[in-house]
Amino acid sequence: MTVNGILQIAIFCIAIIALVRPLGGYMTRVFNGDKTFLSPVFRPVERVLYAASGVRPEVEQSWRVYGVAMLLFSLAGSVSLYAIFRLQDILPLNPQGFPALPPELALNTAISFVTNTNWQFYSGESTMSYLSQMIGLTVHNFVSAATGIALAMAIIRGFARRSAKTVGNFWVDLTRCVLYILMPVAIVYALFLIWQGVPQTLAAYVDATTLEGAKQTIAVGPVASQEAIKMLGTNGGGFFNGNSAHPFENPTALSNLIQMISIFSMGAALTNVFGRMVGRERQGWALFGVMGLLFLAGTFIVYPVEAGGNPAIAAMGVDQSVGPGQVGGNMEGKEVRFGIANSSLFTVVTTDTSCGAVNNMHDSLMPLAGMIPLINIQLGEIIFGGVGSGLYGMLMFAIIAVFVAGLMVGRTPEYIGKKLEAREVKMSILAILILPLSILGFTAIATVVPQGIATLTNSGPHGFSEILYAYTSATGNNGSAFAGLGPNMFWQVTMAIAMFMGRFLFIVPMLAVAGSLAAKKIVPPSAGTFPTDNGLFVALLIGVILIVGGLTFFPALALGPVVEHLAMQAGSMF
Amino acid sequence: MLRQLRPAIMMMVLLTVITGIIYPFAITGIGQAVFPTQANGSLIDKDGKVIGSSLIGQNFTGEKYFRGRPSATTDTDPNDSTKTISVPYKADASTGSNLGPTSKALMDRVKGDVDTLKAGSDQPVPVDLVTTSGSGLDPDITPAGAEFQVTRVAKARGMSPDAVRRLVAQATERRTFGVLGEAHVNVLALNLALDAAQPAK
Repeated sequence: MTVNGILQIAIFCIAIIALVRPLGGYMTRVFNGDKTFLSPVFRPVERVLYAASGVRPEVEQSWRVYGVAMLLFSLAGSVSLYAIFRLQDILPLNPQGFPALPPELALNTAISFVTNTNWQFYSGESTMSYLSQMIGLTVHNFVSAATGIALAMAIIRGFARRSAKTVGNFWVDLTRCVLYILMPVAIVYALFLIWQGVPQTLAAYVDATTLEGAKQTIAVGPVASQEAIKMLGTNGGGFFNGNSAHPFENPTALSNLIQMISIFSMGAALTNVFGRMVGRERQGWALFGVMGLLFLAGTFIVYPVEAGGNPAIAAMGVDQSVGPGQVGGNMEGKEVRFGIANSSLFTVVTTDTSCGAVNNMHDSLMPLAGMIPLINIQLGEIIFGGVGSGLYGMLMFAIIAVFVAGLMVGRTPEYIGKKLEAREVKMSILAILILPLSILGFTAIATVVPQGIATLTNSGPHGFSEILYAYTSATGNNGSAFAGLGPNMFWQVTMAIAMFMGRFLFIVPMLAVAGSLAAKKIVPPSAGTFPTDNGLFVALLIGVILIVGGLTFFPALALGPVVEHLAMQAGSMF
Repeated sequence: MLRQLRPAIMMMVLLTVITGIIYPFAITGIGQAVFPTQANGSLIDKDGKVIGSSLIGQNFTGEKYFRGRPSATTDTDPNDSTKTISVPYKADASTGSNLGPTSKALMDRVKGDVDTLKAGSDQPVPVDLVTTSGSGLDPDITPAGAEFQVTRVAKARGMSPDAVRRLVAQATERRTFGVLGEAHVNVLALNLALDAAQPAK
């Protein structure tokens, strides 16, 4: 680690803290339907959308109707996305003449983008036409993010309201999120990226003759418009296979910093939206504190481990030290302009959230550094998290934490003035159990069937980590990969199922919690109320997250990264 | 339930128009008007022909040029379509090696590169010169990676090492605002500067 590296991490942290209140305040106004500076522009657009869709914005929905609306919208998206991929060869804006996607790849990719996962079993620059990237993938980068934030709103309202039958209107939340929050930021952000060097063109790939006379075909495209929402909506699916390591997606140190900030900003601001809506910002800051501490813990494991380099490469007489003009460390899969500090930080940021964009290849991380992204996702991506999903995941853990505290002192647990009873706790546990069921279940199957291990790049414990990472990433809707794993029918279908389970089987119980909480009265705090906005609660919540979330996966982690680390220390190669 | 079906379909259609058609076309229009160079891929022209992009690395093999980092990009083997062959810096097929830290294949590759580099120099090899980048298209090397190659390039061109060093120093980009990222040398820019100082023929 270097002083400069720590300074770069500190700059990132300060930027996030500075954004929480302004962005949180703005988002709160948008979702409460208050007037904002963009209302004159977007109110008329909003009205047209509602009228054309037959939506009555003033009519609110119960949690069941809200959930049905969300599911039907996701279904409509999956069908249209699948159709675009299958018809790609006869649709316009396909200058490279790419063929239609095969059915299993189209299915996997459609589910992947609708669930905000953006796992990619394809290379963008050799598979997707410009049309598929624009009206297919870019659209779902917007709406899957907006869907996640809408769901978080429904759940926040569950806590904030008293004796209510409704949790909001899905169509209104969705539309306002796209128009007032994601779109304006994406426009400014995309133009910034073009300025930094990200291409934005509909022209065909460029043929160049290099200085030494060789032919080089340079892939370009409408990259910036997709890149902006890819980060902002914690989507993470790259225009190119190289994702944010590709110089055309992430050309400079400045674009890299802004990309990392944009991954965290919405998730961090949502803690403040929660605090404001339940009437006490401190409640939001307590959740922010939990997230912040877990984020720092991950960062300061990955960074020193990566900076230490690979002992086997050091033994060959390679200089991995940090010095003047030298980045040092484990540079396999990393870009020189980012170096170790920015690559380590990006790795933690992208897996704390459900983003999954990468500016370095996670498959080539050192064993213990590669374990952190696994843990981050397995905890449920609650460390700022996916836009929306991070907050409701954290609230689920908060319910469990308050329940545990209630058991210890023998009182009925309360959170934000709501009595938590059997139904809420059962539903939260149900949601929590989806993660290990899908991650560990599918990993176990894949390691014993020939199709599961047929397409691994690495063998030994690292090969096992590749499998574990794949289902962890799919179930957590992250989308980053130990990308040596190649596609086949088995992988494409099981991953699609895992992505579906991780998104929708998690959301439905959480909406049920929102519905039942909304119907409850608010209990005024008494002397016996366990306060949930102080350091004790932060510590308790971290403990519950690590014990409930972490211990479940420890045996699997021991078989992968831990064994690999010990083998590496002993000089074994695979 | 079915009452939500019409909004589901209509919202998908309308939001596709807004976010998938109006938004990217508007960004393309503004981008092409305001930042035409960047929007088209930061291409470099020489004598009216495109010789590459300032952001995309190239595969340099000659003694008279600085070389970039190893690249993991591949292409289909023309003789056997089930296999791939190494085609470094293939700019329409970005990829990293995806080899893990205990991979024999990785160690063999690094060892090969180290042996080649050590044959021409007795200095320790900077790590960026023997590791592949995440994209396979990294346009940069570290200043140490450039320094490692100065003697070879100077000898091949009959220039003094200090003259080459001056060009390296000019091509070195420091951290943004003195803080962000890492110092790096754009290999293509450096080689163009070399050719300008002393044509390669």
